Amino acid sequence: MKDRTAGPTRSRARGYTDYLDEAALPHIWCAGCGNGNVLKALLGAFASRGLDPRMTVVVTGIGCWGKADDYIRTNAIHGTHGRALAVATGVKAYRPELAVVALMGDGDFATIGGNHFIHAARRNIGVTAVVANNLNYGMTGGQYSGTTPAGSLTSTSPYGHAEEGFDLCALAEAAGAAYVARTTAYHYRQMETLIAEALGVDGFSLVEVLTPCPTYYGRLNREGSAPEMWRALKERARGGSFGCLVRRDRPSFAERYAGVQAAARAGTGTEVGPDAR
Amino acid sequence: MTRKAFWQGNEAVLEGAVAAGARFYAGYPITPSSEIAELASRRLPALGGVFIQMEDEIASMAALVGASLAGAKAFTATSGPGFSLMQENIGLAIMVEAPCVVINVMRSGPSTGLATKPAQADVMQARWGTHGDHPAVALVPASVSECFSLTVAAFNLAERLRMPVFVLSDEIIGHMRERVEVPPEGSLEIWERPRPSGDPSEYRPYRPGPDGVPPLAEFGGPYVFHATSSMHDERGVSANDAGTAAALIARLGAKVLRNWELLPPPEIVDTASLLGSGHDRPGKGAKPAGGVLLVAFGSSARSARQVLVDHPERFVTLFRPRTLWPFPEAELSALVEDHESVVVAEMNTGQLVLEAERVVAGRRPVRAALRSDGEIITPEEIWEVVCGRRDARAGRTGESWSGTGGSGR
Ligand SMILES: Cc1ncc(C[n+]2csc(CCOP(=O)(O)OP(=O)(O)O)c2C)c(N)n1
Ligand code: SF4
Repeated sequence: MKDRTAGPTRSRARGYTDYLDEAALPHIWCAGCGNGNVLKALLGAFASRGLDPRMTVVVTGIGCWGKADDYIRTNAIHGTHGRALAVATGVKAYRPELAVVALMGDGDFATIGGNHFIHAARRNIGVTAVVANNLNYGMTGGQYSGTTPAGSLTSTSPYGHAEEGFDLCALAEAAGAAYVARTTAYHYRQMETLIAEALGVDGFSLVEVLTPCPTYYGRLNREGSAPEMWRALKERARGGSFGCLVRRDRPSFAERYAGVQAAARAGTGTEVGPDAR
Repeated sequence: MTRKAFWQGNEAVLEGAVAAGARFYAGYPITPSSEIAELASRRLPALGGVFIQMEDEIASMAALVGASLAGAKAFTATSGPGFSLMQENIGLAIMVEAPCVVINVMRSGPSTGLATKPAQADVMQARWGTHGDHPAVALVPASVSECFSLTVAAFNLAERLRMPVFVLSDEIIGHMRERVEVPPEGSLEIWERPRPSGDPSEYRPYRPGPDGVPPLAEFGGPYVFHATSSMHDERGVSANDAGTAAALIARLGAKVLRNWELLPPPEIVDTASLLGSGHDRPGKGAKPAGGVLLVAFGSSARSARQVLVDHPERFVTLFRPRTLWPFPEAELSALVEDHESVVVAEMNTGQLVLEAERVVAGRRPVRAALRSDGEIITPEEIWEVVCGRRDARAGRTGESWSGTGGSGR
C-alpha cells in the first residue's frame, strides 16, 4: 500500500506539542470527556508521521469533537454539521499531495453525514476520518445519534431508544474503505498507532474511537462517574473487535483520477456528451 | 482573432468558466443544467483540473469550499431542487469567504415542479436562500453570448470579492443556440483573488484589504490558516463577542457595496436606440407622454425587447439588469421620473416587482406581467400590461388565484 506521507512531508522528529495551539487552551470539553485524549493521540500521530502543518488540512464538523481544530496548528476548515467529509473531498480531490484529516462525532459522521461517509469510502478518497463515537450528540445536549444502541436513554429517547445503532467499522468496510480500525479513548498508545497508520494510507481510512460522554450518555444511562466509564471502556476493548480491522490495496481516487487526466490529455476519452449526441 | 461559435447556453457557460480559469467542478446532475456537468467532465481533466460528481448538491457545494480554499477556481451547476440543497454550504462559502461560482439554470417549481420547463422563480432564493444576514451577487444572462461573458464576470467577481457568485439562467437561455463571438484567447480580463504577501506568521486570513476583501492564501503554500463557519476574528479564530460579530456581518455586506462599480451594469434601451433614427426620441426633458419603463431580465427580457420592436409608436424604455443582486437600484431610480409608469415582466408570481416597487417608492404606478406555468412569457402578454389593459397583480385578493395565475391565463 502506498505511504502518502513518506518523502518530503516527513521532517525532523516532532512531538504532539508542535501541533497543539497552547494559546487556545484551556479547551471547552467537560471534565472526564474523552476528546482531550483523542486530540493528544491525533497530534502524536501527526508527530510520528512528521506531517508538515503547511501540507496538512484538518476539516472538522460541528459538535464537541468538531471543536478540536481550535487547538490544532495546521490548516483547518471548521465547516457545517455532517459535511466535513464532503469539504475534505474537495480539498483532497484538487490537491492530492495534501494530508487531509476529517474529525467528526458520530452525529457528524454517521447520522447527518452518513451519505458522505459511505461515498467517501466508496470513492476511496485519501482522507483520514477520526471519529469520536460517544453514542450521542454531546454538543446539543445528549440526543440520540446513528450509533446510539437500542434501549439507551438519551434526551430524545426518555423511554429507551427504539432503533439500533450502526456498526461504523462494518459499514466502512462494506462501503469500500481502504483502512478501518477501532480503538477507545482509553487506549492511548493504540489510538496513536492506528491514527498514524491510517495517515499513511493512500485511500479512505477510518479510525473509530469509542469515547465517553459522562455529561450526557453516561449520566442518563447510569454508567457511573467518569472514572467508571473509563474503566468500562478498558474492559470493553477486551471483548469486541479492536485494532486494525481492514487494510486492503484499492486504487485511491487520486490514483484513478490521475489516469482520467492522462486519458483526457491523450484525447482517448469516449465521445459522449452534448456535442456528440 | 475573434472566433464565431454556435453554442448552446449551457455550453457557453462551460466555455466561460474554462476561459476564466475554472479548474474544479463538483456537482450533481439535474435538468436543465446537466450539459454543464457533462462538458466539465470532458474538459477539465485535460486541463489538469478535476471534475467530481458528488453524492448530492449539499456535498457538491461543500466540496467547492474545500477546493476553493485549496486554491481552485471552483464551480457547480444546478437547478431549483439542487439550489435548495446547496443553500447550507453557500452560507459556509459566504462565511469563510471562499470564492466559487454557482450556476442555477432555473426551472419551474416548487419542488420537482415542471422539471424540463423554464421559470425565473429563484430570484428571492438567490438573494435570501441561505440563513442569516449575508450579501448576494447574482448575474442574469439574457443570451447565449452573455452565458459566456457573465460566467467570466461571475468568476472574476467571486475571486475579487472572495464569495460565492450566482449565475441565474433558465431552461430557455440554457438550451437555446445562438451565435457567439468568442473573444481571442488572452484578450479576456481575468481577475485573481487577492493573495497575501509577507511573513506567514503575520498572515491574517480575515483582515480586510483597502477594498474590504481579505487576501486569501491557499492550502499547501507557505501560509497556514484556519477558516471557520462560526463567527470569527481576523485570524479566523472563532469568537462569540458582539463586537466581532457586528464587524464581520457589516464587512461581509460592505465588501460588495463598496465594489459596486465592478458589477456588470444594466442594459438600458428605448425605442429610439433600438430602432434607429427614424424613431428619434425628443431631447431630454421632453419625454413623450405615456412612457413606460419596462423592467425584465433573462429570457423575459427577450420578450420585453420584442415589445419595443412591435410597438414603435409607444415610448418604452427597457431596463434589463445584468446584475440582479445587488439590485441596480440607483440606475433604475434615475429613470423612474422620466416615465409615467413602471412595468415588471418576469416568469414567476411576482418577485422582482417587489424590489422595483421598493425603488420606485410610490413615485409612479408599478404593474406586473407575470407567468408561472412553465411557458415563456410572450411579448403580447407584456404588451397588454404595458398599455395598461392588464396588471397581473391587480385586485389580488383571492379570486385572481383561482385560475392559472400569472397574467390571467
Ligand atoms: C444542519 C445542522 N443541524 C443541527 C445542528 C445542531 N448540532 C450541532 S452539533 C450536533 C450534534 C453533535 O453530535 P456529534 O456529531 O456526535 O458530536 P459530539 O458533540 O457528540 O462530539 C447537532 C445536532 C447543526 N449545527 N447543523
Ligand atoms: S458533552 Fe460529552 S462529548 Fe461534549 S465535552 Fe462534555 S463530555 Fe465531552
